[in-house]
Amino acid sequence: MKTLTVNGTPREVDADDDTPLLWVLRDHLGLTGSKFGCGVGLCGACVVHVDGAPVRACVLPLEACAGRAVTTIEGLAADGRPHPLQTAWIAHQVPQCGYCQSGMIMAAAALLAEKPVPSDDDIAVAITNLCRCGTYPRVRRAIRAVADGHTNS
Amino acid sequence: MNRIEDSAVRSPWRRRFLVVGTLAASGLAVGLWRFYREGDRLTPPPGLKAGEGRALLTAWIQVGTDDLITVHVPRQEMGQGITTTLPMLVAEEMDADPAQMRFVQAPVDPVFANATMVGDGVPFRHDDDGWLARTARTTQTRFGALLGVQGTGGSTSVRDGWLPMRRAGATARAMLVSAAAERFGVPAEECVVEKGVVSHPGSGKTAAFGALAVRAGRRPIPRDVALKTPAQFRILGTSPPRIDVPSKTDGSAIFGSDVRLPGMRHAVLVQCPVFGGTLKSFDASAAQKMPGVRAVLPLARTATSAAAVAVVADHHWQARKALAAVTVTWDEGAAAGHDTTAQRERYRTLLRDGDARVYDEAGEIENALAAPPILVDSEYFAPYLAHATMEPVNATAIVRRDGTCEVWVGNQAPTLVKWFASQAAGVDTDRVTVHTPYLGGGFGRRIEMDVVLQAVTLARSLPDTPVQLLWSREDDMQHDVYRPMAAARMQAALDSSGRVIGWAARVVSQSCTGEFSARLLPAAASDAMKDKTTTEGLFDLPYRLPNRRTSHVLTHEPVPVGYWRSVGHGHNAFFAESFVDECAAAAKRDPVEFRRALLADAPRHRQVLDVAAARAGWGSPLAAGTGRGVALAESFHSIVAQVAEVEIVDGLPVVRRVVCAIDCGFALHPDTVVAQMESAIVFGLTAALHGEITTKDGRVQQGNFGDYPLLRLADTPEIEVLIVNSGVEHLGGVGEPGTPPVAPAVCNAIFAATGKRIRSLPIRVA
Ligand code: FES
Ligand code: FES
Repeated sequence: MKTLTVNGTPREVDADDDTPLLWVLRDHLGLTGSKFGCGVGLCGACVVHVDGAPVRACVLPLEACAGRAVTTIEGLAADGRPHPLQTAWIAHQVPQCGYCQSGMIMAAAALLAEKPVPSDDDIAVAITNLCRCGTYPRVRRAIRAVADGHTNS
Repeated sequence: MNRIEDSAVRSPWRRRFLVVGTLAASGLAVGLWRFYREGDRLTPPPGLKAGEGRALLTAWIQVGTDDLITVHVPRQEMGQGITTTLPMLVAEEMDADPAQMRFVQAPVDPVFANATMVGDGVPFRHDDDGWLARTARTTQTRFGALLGVQGTGGSTSVRDGWLPMRRAGATARAMLVSAAAERFGVPAEECVVEKGVVSHPGSGKTAAFGALAVRAGRRPIPRDVALKTPAQFRILGTSPPRIDVPSKTDGSAIFGSDVRLPGMRHAVLVQCPVFGGTLKSFDASAAQKMPGVRAVLPLARTATSAAAVAVVADHHWQARKALAAVTVTWDEGAAAGHDTTAQRERYRTLLRDGDARVYDEAGEIENALAAPPILVDSEYFAPYLAHATMEPVNATAIVRRDGTCEVWVGNQAPTLVKWFASQAAGVDTDRVTVHTPYLGGGFGRRIEMDVVLQAVTLARSLPDTPVQLLWSREDDMQHDVYRPMAAARMQAALDSSGRVIGWAARVVSQSCTGEFSARLLPAAASDAMKDKTTTEGLFDLPYRLPNRRTSHVLTHEPVPVGYWRSVGHGHNAFFAESFVDECAAAAKRDPVEFRRALLADAPRHRQVLDVAAARAGWGSPLAAGTGRGVALAESFHSIVAQVAEVEIVDGLPVVRRVVCAIDCGFALHPDTVVAQMESAIVFGLTAALHGEITTKDGRVQQGNFGDYPLLRLADTPEIEVLIVNSGVEHLGGVGEPGTPPVAPAVCNAIFAATGKRIRSLPIRVA
C-alpha cells in the first residue's frame, strides 16, 4: 500500500511497487486522461506532473511516487477555472484525434510554469511529445498565444 | 497468370464482386438487406427511439425540449472533425444555431450506410464519363447502400452525407415549422426560421425548436422538401468551434482504451512474430500463479488475426508481467525466412518481366517509346509503412450467458464489428451492440477486425465478464497491415521541343483491396479482379498524355497490406510527380511551367498549381543550399498542390516551409480543411523522411518510436494552406488528399537544391 497525492487528494494505492504510475492512474484510480502510447518514455502521451515537474508516467514506478504530489490533466484546471493553455487549445482548435493532447498540454504547462515566456526554440526543445495527427503547428501557436498574452499583461 | 488487357471494360461487375460480393457472400449482410429502403433515408429504423424529453425528427435528428439538437452521426471521429462537419449539414438546412448542435454515434443500420466508399472503388478514371464507367459507378454505389456497410474511409464522409443529411435537416425544419404554424394558427408559408427559433412576423409569435419538438415529432415525415441553394448557405462555409475539442483538452474524451466497466478484466497478448505462423504449444504454469491472473488463453490464427497467447488479469500491469512468464513455441511457418531486402530485389526483376495487367492505355505507347528524341527511364521504390496511430489497437467486449454481446472499439466500420463480433461470440448480429468511442487515430488501421475478433473470443471464454484487450506499441507496429512496398518503372518519351509524347508507368505491389477482402472472407479470395488502389494516382493523371499506359504486376507476400491514409496515391504520387520533375529537367523547362503545359485540359488543376506557386513565391531567389519543389496530385476527388522549401544542413534535408493549395469543391468547414492539410503534410513528411518497415527472418524489425520515428514539433515546417472553392458540384474529400504531394514536393526541392534525384523512400541524402 502506497500513499500519494493525486490532484490534491491523498490516495492509497494497493498495487505492485513496480506498477508504472500511468497504470496506477488509469486502472487503480480511474483517471484515464493520461494515455498509453509507447510504454517506454518515447511519445509523451502519458506526461503528468510529479511535484510540479513533467514526467513520463509510463516509466515511473509507483514506489518512486510515494508521498509525492501528482497532477494529471484532470487536475490541471485550478478551482474549476481552466488553465490558460486549455483555453488557448480550444481557441486555436488544436486537437484532432485528441489522443496525444493530454500529454501535450501537460508538457506545455510544465514549460510555461518554468519559463512563462519561452522562445520558439525553447518550445521546440521542450515539446518532444509525438502527435501522429500532426497538430504541431497549432500546438506551437497556442503556446505562443498564452506566452505572449502573459507578456502583454 | 494471363495478361488481362482490359477486364475493367469487359467486366465492370468484377471489381464490385471483389469488394462487395465478398462481403455479401459472407451471408452476414443478407439479413441487413430486408431493412434497406432504397430512396428512403429519412424513416427511422425500427427500434430507434428518441431519448427522454426529445423527439425523433427523421432517422438522423433528435430535438430536445432543452433546445439541443442531437445528430446521429454515421461516421467515426478520428480527428478529422466529422462530428462537427456532418451536424453542420443538418444545422444549415434546419436554420439552427451551430451552438445548439450535439452528436451521438448513429446505431448500426443500413439507413446510415456509406455508399460512396464502395462506389469509389470502380477501376475507371473518374473523368471517364462513358456509359460503362457510369453504370459501374452507379451500380456499385447502389450496391454499397444495399449492403449497408457503415464505414469511414476513402475521404467520403461529406460526399456521402451531403444529400441525405441536408435532406434530413430540411425535413426536420419543415416538421418544426408545421408544428409552429399549427400552434400559432397561421399558414406555414408565413413562418420564418432563424437560429433555432420559428417566428411569424405578421403576428409576432415565436417559438424555439425545443418548445415545438414534441408536437413536431408527431407529424408525418414530409417528402421532397426543397433544399437550399449554395447561395443561401449561412453555416456551411464557416468554421464554428469543433464539438469534440473541449473534451480533448481536459482528459474527459473517452477513447476505446479508456472504457471502464464494472468487473472489467485487462488482457494483453503475444502474437506469432512471423506472419502466418501458428501456435505449437505454451506453458502458462508460472503465469497462472501470479497475482490477479484470471486466465491464460490461446488464440488460434484466423484469416483476420494472428496466432497468439493472451493473459487476462485484474489489472493491465499484472497481465503484462504475467505474459513475460509465459513461454510459447511457435510454428513459424513458410514466412520464417522472409526478408524485405530480397523482396525488393524480386520487385526490381518483376518491373522488367512480371505479368502486368493494364489499367489505362491510349494511343501508341510502344511506338512512342521506340526511339524518341529524349527518353527518360527511371525506377522508383517505396517501402512498407505502418499506421502507428497514437492509440495502440484495442477492443473491449462482453459476451453474456443470455446470448448478447457488446463491443466497445474505436473503429472505422461498425457494421463489420457487428459481423465479426457475432461470429466470434456465436450469437446473431442483432444480439450484438457496438459502441464507438473516439478513435486515437485511424488512418485506415481501424477498419481492420483483428483486435475485435481477439477481444470477443477472449470475452467468450469468460462469460459475463468485460475484457479489455490492449496491444502494446510493439504489437501494434509488428502486427499492422502495412502500406504496400511498391516499385515502379517510369518511362517517358519527349520530342525535341520537350513535349511528352509517350508515358508508361508500371507498378509492382500487393493489392490492398484484394487482401482486405480476403481477410473478411477468405473463401472469396481471388486474383481475378483488378484493384484500382494499386495504380490510382497513375492511371488517372490529369495531364495530357497522348500515348500512355499504366500497368500493374500483382504480388503476394507474407507481410499483410491494408489501407493507409491516401492508399495507393501515397506512393504513386511520389512516382508520378518525381518523374514529371525528371521530365521537366530533361526538357530543360521550369517544373511549374512544364506542368501547366501538360494541364491544358485541366483548368482546375492549373488553378490550384498557380495558387500554390504564387504564394510560395515560385521563381524568387533562395539562399544557397535551399531548393523549392512542387507537386500536384488529385485524390479522393480533391486537387492539392504543394510547394516545399528544403534546406540542406550538414547533408541532411530540413523542410522549412510547405505551401499547400486545395480545391475540394467547397470547404464546408474551412478551418477543418486547413487542419487536415497540416495533418496530412506532417503525416507525409514522417513517411518521406523516416518511414520504413522492414523484415528479417520473417520478423518486422521495427517495434517502437525509437526505430519508427515520427516527425516532431521541432522538425515541423511553416505550413500555409490556401483553399480554392470551385463549387459544390466538385465536392471532394479532405482527410487524405493532403498526403500524396508531400514526398515528391520535398524530393523535387532536394533536386533543386543539390541536383540529386531521390528515387527511393525514405529520403537518404548521402
Ligand atoms: S506512453 Fe509514456 S512516453 Fe509514451
Ligand atoms: S491529436 Fe491525434 S495524436 Fe495528436
